[in-house]
Amino acid sequence: MKPAVATGAFGALWWACQRDLRLAMRSRAELAVIVVFFLLVTSLFPLAVSPDPVLLRAIAPGIAWVAALLASLLGLSRLFAADHGDGTLEQMVLAPAPLQALVAGKVLAHWLATGVPLVLLAPVVGLQFGLDTDAIAVLVASLALGTPILSWLGAIAAALTLGARGGSSLLALLVLPLAVPVLIFGAGAVESYGSGLGADAHLSLLGAGLIVVWVFGPAATALAVRIAHE
Amino acid sequence: MNSPVTPSGSIWFRYASPASFYPLAGRLIPWFGAAAAILAIAGLYVGFAVAPTDWQQGEAYRIIFIHVPAAWMAMFTYLVMAFWCALSLAFNTRLSAMMAQALAPTGAMFAFVSLWTGAFWGRPTWGAYWVWDARLTSTLILLFLYLGFIALRASIDDPRRADRASAVLALVGVINVPIIYFSVRWWNTLHQGSTISMTAAPKMAQTMLVAMLLMTLAAWAYTIAVALYRVRSIMIEREALSGWVGDLERKAGPAAPTLTGATTR
Repeated sequence: MKPAVATGAFGALWWACQRDLRLAMRSRAELAVIVVFFLLVTSLFPLAVSPDPVLLRAIAPGIAWVAALLASLLGLSRLFAADHGDGTLEQMVLAPAPLQALVAGKVLAHWLATGVPLVLLAPVVGLQFGLDTDAIAVLVASLALGTPILSWLGAIAAALTLGARGGSSLLALLVLPLAVPVLIFGAGAVESYGSGLGADAHLSLLGAGLIVVWVFGPAATALAVRIAHE
Repeated sequence: MNSPVTPSGSIWFRYASPASFYPLAGRLIPWFGAAAAILAIAGLYVGFAVAPTDWQQGEAYRIIFIHVPAAWMAMFTYLVMAFWCALSLAFNTRLSAMMAQALAPTGAMFAFVSLWTGAFWGRPTWGAYWVWDARLTSTLILLFLYLGFIALRASIDDPRRADRASAVLALVGVINVPIIYFSVRWWNTLHQGSTISMTAAPKMAQTMLVAMLLMTLAAWAYTIAVALYRVRSIMIEREALSGWVGDLERKAGPAAPTLTGATTR
């Protein structure tokens, strides 16, 4: 692996992102589990609720979003835990490159590896539930804007729970309440499109949320990582 | 670890040291405790015996004298907790983190009480224990935020790290609380108009307002008393090995049962 020669913020971000993507590509099975989990959870709902197409079409956006939210929890514990365990994260804290950029690169890589597959698979779920093409496009757009927010919220929580007992169940307790607005706006986008109101307002709010987490997320996550290494 | 306090420091920071805050808190607890008891008795008396019966809701409305102060207190306590967390991150003071830790269970308790009493009020009034109303839902999420804060604290062994990690969580949460509230409200209005609006309640009678005010003040006094009581226990527990706790113990004499148990020498 290349040494972290880049000390500028964007160089560090790019380096951390590349490194984590490469690591993710070497454990593809773990990524596949997340994707399968997403599809599996969405397929459970027709079995549990009813195969009625009208009902399924009505609840499809909510199901896709809840499944995406739960699937995004799966990969979170990997985000920092392995690097924390072997001391890489400590070296990142000590590195001359800004920690916020390194953390941002890791989160970007995490989203590319675990969030983007969900966005790409969303049309399949949409078809399964009988959504029309435009509604599927809105669903994909809302997931594309919303899943990075989930990655950032999860990153903050994952960094806070480093070295804590009962990591992953605790992680769910911390992330899920914070993710409520994302869920509402994400699933709401498809629903308000379906009711003829248009999805613009919801998608704009998701976009605003995305900007907010990219502004505050790196600082909060870097602070949490530092706290874990005190 | 903890040198004896010199009274020369600024008044603002003088009581930031556990050693000097401990006796102050001890002196304040009876006052706030008594105030809470008196205000609660007066408020309950006015609320249950003096205030008139509501022409629309009958006697069931009287639960709001517990419900509304509890809901206010749950929200306000989270803000106060986040304030102490911000102080503890900014100035690295031990006591502010301990205050946040001491407030969290009371805030969670009030959030739970407001949900529980709300369910009992909703059954006769709305015909359902639970409605996915914006306020109910955001209070439920607030309860989860409290529980997350307490759980994160409890699962980190090093108290100083637990302080800082839970402080970050509380601050992220406090930014999110208004977003959650407005998103839930918007979600609700988009789904369906509220069948019964809580905001368009008929104008309150004077006595109802008095009872509500008394109960709110009682909730404040109770929260302060309980938080101070809890923070004293936290101080003793966490600083058991420091000088001032030893001094307290010596002053209390060998027969004092309160301190000897917690200390490991």
